[in-house]
Amino acid sequence: MSDNKIDKKHVSNNSSSNDSLSSSELSFSAPSAVNQQKRNFLIAATAGVGALGAAAVAVPFVGSMLPSERAKAAGAPVEVDISKIQPGTMMTAEWRGQPVWIINRTDEMTAELAKHDDELSDPNCEVAQQPAYCKNAGRSIKPNIAVVVGICTHLGCSPTEKLQAGGDMGENWTGGFFCPCHGSKFDLAGRVFKGSPAPINLVVPPYQYLSETTVLIGDDTKAEA
Amino acid sequence: MAQDKAQTETNGLMGWVDARLPVTSFVKAHLTEYYAPKNFNFWYFFGSLALLILVLQIVTGIFLTMHYKPDAQQAFASVEYIMRDVFGGNIIRYMHSTGASMFFVVIYLHMFRGIIYGSYRTPRELIWLFGVGIFLVLMGEAFFGYLLPWGQMSYWGAQVIVNLFATIPFIGPDLSEWLRGDYLISDATLNRFFAFHVIALPFVLAGLVAVHLVALHEVGSNNPDGIEIKAKKDKKTGIPLDGIPFHPYYTVKDLVGVVVFLIVFASILFFAPEMGGYFIEANNFIPADPLKTPAHIAPVWYFTPYYSILRAVPPIMNSQFPGVAAMGLSVMVFALLPWLDKSPVKSIRYRGALYKRWLAAFVVSFLILGYLGTVPSNVWGQFGSWLGSADRATVVARFFTAVYFLFFILMPWYTAKDKTKPVPERVVG
Repeated sequence: MSDNKIDKKHVSNNSSSNDSLSSSELSFSAPSAVNQQKRNFLIAATAGVGALGAAAVAVPFVGSMLPSERAKAAGAPVEVDISKIQPGTMMTAEWRGQPVWIINRTDEMTAELAKHDDELSDPNCEVAQQPAYCKNAGRSIKPNIAVVVGICTHLGCSPTEKLQAGGDMGENWTGGFFCPCHGSKFDLAGRVFKGSPAPINLVVPPYQYLSETTVLIGDDTKAEA
Repeated sequence: MAQDKAQTETNGLMGWVDARLPVTSFVKAHLTEYYAPKNFNFWYFFGSLALLILVLQIVTGIFLTMHYKPDAQQAFASVEYIMRDVFGGNIIRYMHSTGASMFFVVIYLHMFRGIIYGSYRTPRELIWLFGVGIFLVLMGEAFFGYLLPWGQMSYWGAQVIVNLFATIPFIGPDLSEWLRGDYLISDATLNRFFAFHVIALPFVLAGLVAVHLVALHEVGSNNPDGIEIKAKKDKKTGIPLDGIPFHPYYTVKDLVGVVVFLIVFASILFFAPEMGGYFIEANNFIPADPLKTPAHIAPVWYFTPYYSILRAVPPIMNSQFPGVAAMGLSVMVFALLPWLDKSPVKSIRYRGALYKRWLAAFVVSFLILGYLGTVPSNVWGQFGSWLGSADRATVVARFFTAVYFLFFILMPWYTAKDKTKPVPERVVG
């Protein structure tokens, strides 16, 4: 009951204030004379400005999900001592949290690289998965030492080393890498075999030799003397 | 609703509450005077069971977050801490992991019910679409949650899935970097996946479940006969002749389903919580190692059919995107069912042999693709030794991937051509 009273009071208040408004505004027009064009413009302009504001507010939220400054700083180049890698074996270094393989290929292994071009998707490394100075037969600066990012170009698993010919990979296997996730196969220069889910060769990172036995991975700008 | 309210007359405390919050009218509208078809069979347990598991996952999840640490350095150890040192922690953790798998068992059966009885047909298209949305969010929940224990499988599973986005032409690499928040799966990724898993997606899920149910109660349930019970109402009361109140009839019936479900659930929980590596994979008891991929990578069983489709599609023009697109489509295509089905009948009971054959082919494809997805890729070649090819499993997976999609693509044709049986006026049981 008391609610009703309050409501009535509100209603009467509103109507009286409306009356005073319309009497003071002489040019107040009837509802039929609403300037629809102006109203549409104001609605569109308000919505547009509101949308711009929302987009601006979204910037810090969307941007906060990008790699932070700390994550970017962690991507610095790494120095690797390769003197202890025996011929026919490899080691794994870590650069930007990714495994980087350094493979010391024997002469037989490098000779084998040229023999299976017809089984490869991109034998001549036409797709730029390596720096220009590694677009050669061994995909390397020195013919025997290969430096390859050990991340499958299919969906980012790290392939398993199957450096030796034959073994559980079958008689025709000439040495390379096998990805356990989806079965992609790569040769000892990280070139992908046809029929693999991986579409393209493994990435060769930018690198340089600081000395005969030291490699700097992640930076190929010649160091100042 | 307004009518319901008018009929609701309560006094005393309930009257005081009802004047301020429509409790009695809500209970009437959705339980005691909500009329569901009288011929529900066991297939109708799975909706209420899914709701039960949702509650179970939320409750166990809250208690797990009391001890879990979303930090790459501490996550794995904190899960082991829960398992070994927290009182009841192993039970709660296994309830959550078993609940995840059982959620998918129940949801798959719930979806299959919808398919065989035509529950996605007019006027229930929106219920179905909300349901597909729930399914997608659930997959997201499962994926984000699987990273949290920070085991080898968590890590490399996330690596593969996030890289799926990297295959999208042009924006892919930047998109996956943005999703990870780093150049690799790292602490930043774990932290945000935790946020998605415990806050963002549960909210979305709850909202979708709510609209799924509101839409269901607006049009009423379908039933095994695929007949609209609202078409035949009692002339005096306006109650559907084939309808019975949800409470007490179906609340009691669903309790039977709950009891059976809990027996199964408890058996798994106490005797085989890892389900031989299908619910929690063996490699996930090894801490994540970014430099070493486990020899056998496979997703948890509920993702394996789609994973097989991903593996089956070869790269085209140096891009693995077609496989990823096929995988995405294989999930999204369910949303199109209401518009692909041109049959004059809803329920499988009145469909002809042609539809039944296609449905059987689809189920077989789904199961075989699911099996193939669990098999290591280096022994994929040994599956189906009756085939002459060297890479037999790929051949098999491609064939069944084709069948999977043909079930949907050809549906407008075979459902229209199918010889259907006459549908009775009233439900027959």
